[in-house]
Amino acid sequence: MTATNHLVELAQDVVKRALDAGATDAECTIAEGDEFSANVRMREIENLKEAGSRGLGLRILVGKKTGSSYTSDLSEEGVAQLLKSAIELADITTDDPHAGLPEAEELGSLPGDLGLYSPDIEKLETPVKIDAATRAEDAALSADPRIFNSEGASFDNHVGRHIFANSRGFAGEYRSSYCSLSTVPVARDGESMERDYWYSMARSFAGLEDPEYIGRTAALRALRRLNAKKVETRKRPVVFEPRTARTLLDSIFDAVHGMSIYRHESFLAGKLGEKVAGDNVTIIDDGTIPGLFGTSPFDDEGVPSRRTVVIDKGVLKSYLLNSYAARKLGLKTTGNASRGLAGNAGIGHGNFFIEKGVQSPDQILAGISDGFYVTELMGFGVNIVTGDYSRGAAGLWIRNGELTFAVSEVTIAGNLKEMLMNVEAIGSDLEFRGSEAAPTLKIGEMTVGGL
Amino acid sequence: MQFTESVFAARFQITRQDLEGYLAEALSRGGDYADLYFEYLLTSSISIDESMVKSAAQGVSMGVGVRVIAGERTGYAYSDDLSPERIRKAARVAAHIAAGPSKVDKFGLNELSRHNLYPVLTAPTETAFAERVELVKRADRAARAYDGRVFQVQAAYADNLRQVLVATSEGVLTLDRQPLARLSVSALARVNGGTPQRGHSGGGGRVELRYFQEEKTPEVFAREAAREAIAMLDAVDAPAGEMTVVLGPGWPGILLHEAVGHGLEADFNRKGVSAFSGRIGEKVASELCTVIDDGTINNRRGSLNVDDEGHATRRNVLIENGVLRGYLQDKLSSRLLGSESTGSGRRESYAHIPMPRMTNTFMLAGETEPEDIIRSVPRGLYCKNFGGGQVDITSGNFVFSASESYLIEDGKLTRPVRNATLIGNGPESLKYVSMVGNDLRLDEGIGVCGKEGQSVPVGVGIPTIRVDRMTVGGTA
Repeated sequence: MTATNHLVELAQDVVKRALDAGATDAECTIAEGDEFSANVRMREIENLKEAGSRGLGLRILVGKKTGSSYTSDLSEEGVAQLLKSAIELADITTDDPHAGLPEAEELGSLPGDLGLYSPDIEKLETPVKIDAATRAEDAALSADPRIFNSEGASFDNHVGRHIFANSRGFAGEYRSSYCSLSTVPVARDGESMERDYWYSMARSFAGLEDPEYIGRTAALRALRRLNAKKVETRKRPVVFEPRTARTLLDSIFDAVHGMSIYRHESFLAGKLGEKVAGDNVTIIDDGTIPGLFGTSPFDDEGVPSRRTVVIDKGVLKSYLLNSYAARKLGLKTTGNASRGLAGNAGIGHGNFFIEKGVQSPDQILAGISDGFYVTELMGFGVNIVTGDYSRGAAGLWIRNGELTFAVSEVTIAGNLKEMLMNVEAIGSDLEFRGSEAAPTLKIGEMTVGGL
Repeated sequence: MQFTESVFAARFQITRQDLEGYLAEALSRGGDYADLYFEYLLTSSISIDESMVKSAAQGVSMGVGVRVIAGERTGYAYSDDLSPERIRKAARVAAHIAAGPSKVDKFGLNELSRHNLYPVLTAPTETAFAERVELVKRADRAARAYDGRVFQVQAAYADNLRQVLVATSEGVLTLDRQPLARLSVSALARVNGGTPQRGHSGGGGRVELRYFQEEKTPEVFAREAAREAIAMLDAVDAPAGEMTVVLGPGWPGILLHEAVGHGLEADFNRKGVSAFSGRIGEKVASELCTVIDDGTINNRRGSLNVDDEGHATRRNVLIENGVLRGYLQDKLSSRLLGSESTGSGRRESYAHIPMPRMTNTFMLAGETEPEDIIRSVPRGLYCKNFGGGQVDITSGNFVFSASESYLIEDGKLTRPVRNATLIGNGPESLKYVSMVGNDLRLDEGIGVCGKEGQSVPVGVGIPTIRVDRMTVGGTA
């Protein structure tokens, strides 16, 4: 028996024992992973970290009541305690008519190899990883005399196994791997000191960007922030580069999150079928694209991942749902259940992205005589209930279609409802560096707060 | 607690000799220092939504982290299995960082005395669930009863009990039992199907369950969340641009956490990447400002008897009458800087490398009546409550988000304004503090600080202060 089969059988066994102990339904998640990280700073090794861990979570229903528990102790004693604890907890919860598991016919797993695991990562020798980090940092430090310091460079990798079984007959597992390389140079010019970063992440070592490219890109980003000015407060067009445009997707995800919808705590609640964005805006969640970071064969309730068009040419077509939110709203799950080891399933996204447009970033800038190009956002100033948006920002000022001086210590503010309707341009530069991706976006007007 | 009574000795049969053996294994390839951090963590959480207790969960996790320091290098490995073979394996992996003869003399472990800041006999985690579930039910009822315009209430209660053991190659052996609990309430209000507004409240600390039953009851937090949601129903657009800002007492102390606290963590300063690097003795704030980080306040969320490297926590003066006095040091930074640890080495869990962190960060009270501070402002913003904040320690720029604030017009609070982010620069902002109130208040105890992917509980506090210049990120 391989280790793999052992964990799937353990999950099925825990489900069965939960039913024997009085549960009417049960679901069990096991996560197992090995992590490694190497940090290099000023061309010397700073940290090496290596370890593996695993944990098991159980959620049970007794009728319409729910209890959950988790443990990192997979011994017989640990599992017995876990079962006892979940059953006890169900007793203090409330009958919830919508509590439950997905229907048996909704369960399943995508066939074929989704490209989530690459064996080359586990075979990598530590010196190769240290070398990649060293080269990335060195490229940054060598890029310009004004790069005088560094917060270092990191190589990280993770190899994991995810197992899920439930009492409706589902049992599945998949392996995944990723590695990432990043560096954070610090630039100085007179009194001005700025840092920035660049990174690459891939399912396989071969998929990473070249260390020298990562280092040089990070250095150029730090350098262009030097000697930043604060600008006068005014309303202007705002362009989000892909790295900051992606953060708008976080907010849109929160706003189409099924739990926020049934609680009416989203500015998009009740807007299904309505125009909520410009005709040029299409937003998709797709958990099926091979090799990407938001891909999986099944969600955390055992429902196959799928492609969901969330906003189609400006019209809100779908929320993102797990089975609970779907039952609350009288809809079907979209296969977006997401959970840790403890508690009820929440909602997550697969590969969540804005469809690319046709203009290059330069073409978008060319049309702007006076505006703000945002390269960094700070803080948590997005209110999903109202759509109010107000965040700290830094970037470059746009004059007559060109990026000119650096800007920092300013805010940008507006309301997401209006911002979505006012997307004046979408770039062709869509690229997946994580499970969310957006191309360059131009919003017609926002308030830039400064002096 | 004595070592022999700890869960590690009693349940996992770990002996003092075992600990010395693991440390020796960690130093088998050389190195200047090694430590072991054992953790046994019990957690529970209960939440209510739509007046139904929809979730109740509990869990247990345990593990040990082994660290070896050789010069500026750190090797780290951990195991979630406390069997001798697995701990020894982790020690060997961590040992790889070093090469050469060990510089550590032979040592024997001695148990140190420590503070007793949270003498909690029965931790909330050890009480009956039936008692704890009442807290979220009471919060739900009270928030709904506050005002008919409240239409959604969520309340979440969470506690944990962390037992830790730190053993170091300097011979230190410390144990601690760290209870922590918090209750938070969120309410949504609206008028006739209009745009809803949200209010938040919560609190807790290293307390017994009795704290929520007698001192800060669910009703206190529920009414506060409902009050904030109702107040925001009349909110107008926030102003934009530089103006005078008055911060109310308590949680707005997050200003200090972001503006100066992170920038004074020694790792950034040792590396010279903080806007505060090399500025000890310089004036970085108005003389009205004295900022303290104190891990020794009884029962506070940010307090610890010992930090996560086995050092006693302390009261550390960061800024005294406007002058920068000191950094927050952990083991590694203090070794490299030739100073001593300030008891600021913290980590999220056994799976994480410790680093310098804050505990409870606050500004000492001044002499001005808070009413006089508001009265002194012809036009500005009064911030009563905040969401989270963030800082770029290199440029020094920081933000925090006002969740409940009011316009000040002719020295009076007038209209509530919509959520807005405030932005400033750490070494500059506190120079514009022109008035400090006599009403120092610590926050209610719900703060979580994130740094390099590690979350730890913290506290903040501040009296009412007037800041003459800060940029407000509204739209009006």
